Order: sequence, then structure tokens, then C-alpha cells
Amino acid sequence: MGKRVAIVGFGQTYQRSSRKDVNGPELINEAVRAALEDAGLTIKDIDAIVIGNMDHFEGVNYVDSWSVEGSGGVMKPIFKLTTGGTTGSTVAMAGYYHVASGMFDRVLVIGWEKNSESDTTGAIVTAFNPVWERPRFGGAIAGLAVEASKYMHNYKVTERDGARVAVRERLHALNNPYTHLHQEWMKSMEIEQIVDLLITSEENQMLAYPLRMSDMCPRTDGAAAAIFASEDIAEKIAPKPAWVVSTHNRHNYALLGDIDWDSNDTLESASKAVFKDAGIKEPFKEIDVCELYLPYSYAGLKWMESIGFCGPGEGPKLVWDGHTDMDGELPVNPSGGVMSSNPIGATGLLRVGEGALQVMGKAGDRQVKGGDVKYAFTTGFGGCNWADVMLLGKKKPS
Amino acid sequence: MTQKSEQQQELLTVNSGEAFQPFEWSVGKYGSKFLAEIRDNQKFIGIKCPKCGRVYVPPRKVCGRCYVEMDEFVPVSTEGEIGVCAIIQFGFIDPSTGHQEPVPYGYAFIKLDGADTFLPYYIDSTDPEKVKVGARVKAVFEEKRTGTMLDIKHFVLLD
Repeated sequence: MGKRVAIVGFGQTYQRSSRKDVNGPELINEAVRAALEDAGLTIKDIDAIVIGNMDHFEGVNYVDSWSVEGSGGVMKPIFKLTTGGTTGSTVAMAGYYHVASGMFDRVLVIGWEKNSESDTTGAIVTAFNPVWERPRFGGAIAGLAVEASKYMHNYKVTERDGARVAVRERLHALNNPYTHLHQEWMKSMEIEQIVDLLITSEENQMLAYPLRMSDMCPRTDGAAAAIFASEDIAEKIAPKPAWVVSTHNRHNYALLGDIDWDSNDTLESASKAVFKDAGIKEPFKEIDVCELYLPYSYAGLKWMESIGFCGPGEGPKLVWDGHTDMDGELPVNPSGGVMSSNPIGATGLLRVGEGALQVMGKAGDRQVKGGDVKYAFTTGFGGCNWADVMLLGKKKPS
Repeated sequence: MTQKSEQQQELLTVNSGEAFQPFEWSVGKYGSKFLAEIRDNQKFIGIKCPKCGRVYVPPRKVCGRCYVEMDEFVPVSTEGEIGVCAIIQFGFIDPSTGHQEPVPYGYAFIKLDGADTFLPYYIDSTDPEKVKVGARVKAVFEEKRTGTMLDIKHFVLLD
């Protein structure tokens, strides 16, 4: 199955709605320096680079070339990958494959985006079919609103359930200095109060029932970088590296109209494959922490079921019972998740990196389980219904 | 030249202006037949997989699941039912058409009778009591049709 691989360092920039103080390469450089410092390595130690963003947000192709000064890639092998929302997790998988092949020892993986440089809808629309889908495009909102409303139709799920997920993400974000949204006003209120406020406030704009502004992710500028290292040297670099236990990805989409709105089949299939590889039979019990790509609140209910953490329709109870909060059985998104920060090309890598920090015991104020994390489960998910899953672990895989 | 301090550093941006890059996409044989049938006869057609029997709308060459080529075109109704739907209240200028649909508007993924896939399109209603899963709808076509999806004006609810 190839060499065993671990993440030995991770870095991220501060994520903000607009970083006018840096251009693309400069932003990338911040993340790379942070990752190298975290690993105690220099750029000379890096054998190859994998980099990605969603081209259309900045409208400048060939980032692998024009960012070399920022990435440190001058005269190094570089691959660019771009897969929309999953870009960050895809580059992580590719970094893993490079090292697992046995042909590279230390690979630097970079995900980044300057969402502020363009109109979000304009960029997103380019991912959809110009003949069949663009003429009557409902925006990114439509796809999410229809999934939420079908989920509510199938089970007795309410707006309060969606809001409860949003509140969890934003409360967790308060412990994460790097993330974009810090809704400090939530500190002084009880969870139930915040939920009630969100679903009744006139200011909380209804976008498409049941989705309000508070149910959605922001647009963010930010970058992240991770260093994957081979089993031959990982433990010399990091005392507690985060081993890649298993990773899988699934695609199943030609047109939006082909999607089965009752399930999340790609996420379900990729998750099953990862659990099988790891010998995990009871995911809810055996996983210690999750960093899930949840672009909107209802995903934090329905996709918990798709992954297999609970049965169909049981998502709301799992969340309301507090199991996914910081002190719960299965904390979800201690970083605040995608709903607190969404620099598209980096977002998937932030999930992998934050999962790695949890395993390595380096997550600071957002560390769970007292630093004793056996398994961190991370996902990437894109607006076109594909899924990346990467399971990180404390123990070197056998 | 005076050295500006960190605080006084000007942060400029440069605009693309009205830059626009046009495209002309090939629809292919299968999609062309579908669009021509709408343009000329105000009817829909699908294509059936010989292996799994799934009927795809719009028709296409290959059944993705079976990875076999298809050639059996079948008629598909202009009526169907709503699979999933939403009332969109968030306005945006569609960057590919320049069109901004006034909000609110109804949006649904419609399963036409005879098809196994959904067709996303506008619904001519914003009543959440009526625009719902399972509601029966029918296509209304434009008077002037040119061979694009916009030849379908919208879908109306059948009470």
C-alpha cells in the first residue's frame, strides 16, 4: 500500500474578508513560512510542492508557475490541482500520494484563495454546464436550499436544528484566532437564546427557505500549508506526527439534475471505505474529533448521517445532545469550520491541518480530549457533490 | 523619496474593467436533438440505457453508471413532479446571462414523467404551500424559440 506518511507541520494565515495588504504569492508565502517553522524545516528540505486554488476566483491561471516566489518552488517539481471546494483536501491527498509512492520524502502542500478579488457567484457559475445549467442557475444557494428542504421534508427537522449547528460552529470559532468570523456577541448568551434569536431576527436575511445568512459560510482570503513526510523521517521531524491512516475520494456527478437529493452518496461511500481500511466499526465511538467540510448548517445534520455517525434523521438529536460540542463525545469543527472561514482553495486543507493539530496536541485553545486524540476524521466537499475523506491517527499504521 | 511608515502604506487594487471572454460550446448530437425537439415541437425527449434502463434528460451519449453507450431515444412528458424545491429570495445578476430574476422566485428540480433524472428550472409561483415536493407541474415554452434551454419559459403548477 505504499510508504506510511505523516503530517509533520502545518501553518495558516489569519483569514479575513479581504487581505489587501498582500497579493497571491505574498499570501501563500505567509502560510508556507508558518508551516516550515512549525515543522522546524527550511525550504531546502522540501522535495516537491502541490498547490491549488479555484482559478476563477482570481482569474489568473497557472498559479503553479506565477507563485514560485511565494511557494518556495523555484526549480522544484510542482503540481497544481484545482477541484473547487475540495481543492484543499485534494492537494492534501496528492501530497500524501507523492510521499506514499516512495519517490519523495518531504512534500509541501498549499491551498489558498483571495475570494475578495472577484464576485463569488461569477466564479462559482463557471463550474456548471453552460448549455444545461447556467441558463437558469439558482446560485450556490439553490442547491443547498433544496437539499435542506428535502431533508426537512423527509424527517421532522426544523429551522432550530439548522441554527443549532450554526451556533456551534461560531462558538467554536471564538477559540480560533486564525479564523475569519468571530461573533463575540454570542459569548454572553445561552445556546437556546442564540438559536431563537437567529431564526426570528429580521436582520438575519432569509436567502431561500430555510436558509438565512447565519446558515451560510463567509467569503474569505486565506492560505494554509502542510508538510507530509515519509515514515523513514517523520518521527525525526515531529515528535507526535499525524499519520495518514486512510484517504478516499468519490465523484458522482455530471449534471445537478442527476443528484440523489435524499442521500450524500459520495460522502457515504468515501467514509465507508476509510472506516473499512482503518478497521473502524463504530465511528461515533472510535473517532475522537472531526473537522468536516460543512458549507452550510443543515450539512451538519444530514451529512453526519451520511458519514455513519448516526442513523437517518438522527442528526438533530446528536447535535442537540451536545455530542458535537467541544466537551462532547465527538467534537465537530473545533476550528469553527467552513461556516466561520471559507478561503475556498485553502478550506479543505484547513480541515486536514486542523485535524492534524488535534492529533499532534498542538491545537491551543481549540484542543479537544486533553490532547489525547487517537483519530481525527477530516472531509472536503465541493458544490458539485464530490467528497474527499482523510483519517489521521496518533499511531503509525501497521 | 520619503519612506512611508507601515500605517501610511497605500494599498492599491487594479480593476479588470469590463473584460469579457466569449465562448461557443458544442452541444453534441444527443443534446442537439433534445434542443431541436423543444425549438421545433415543444416536446421533450430522453435517452434510455440498454443496461440499467435509466432514462436521462437531457439525453447524452454514455450512461455514467454502466459506462455503456446509449442510442434509444424515448419521448418524455412535458409534465412531471417536483423532486426538490426552494423559493429564492436572494437576488443576483447571473454572470453568464446578465439576467437578474426578480426575487422572490420559485426554483425546482423537476422529474418529468418518463425520466429518471431531474431538470432544474424556474417555477411560476412563490407560494410555499404549493411549491413543494411532489407537486405536479407542466412546462410552458416561449413563443420565439432559438434552440437553447431558455426556450423553456418556466414550469407552472397543475392544481
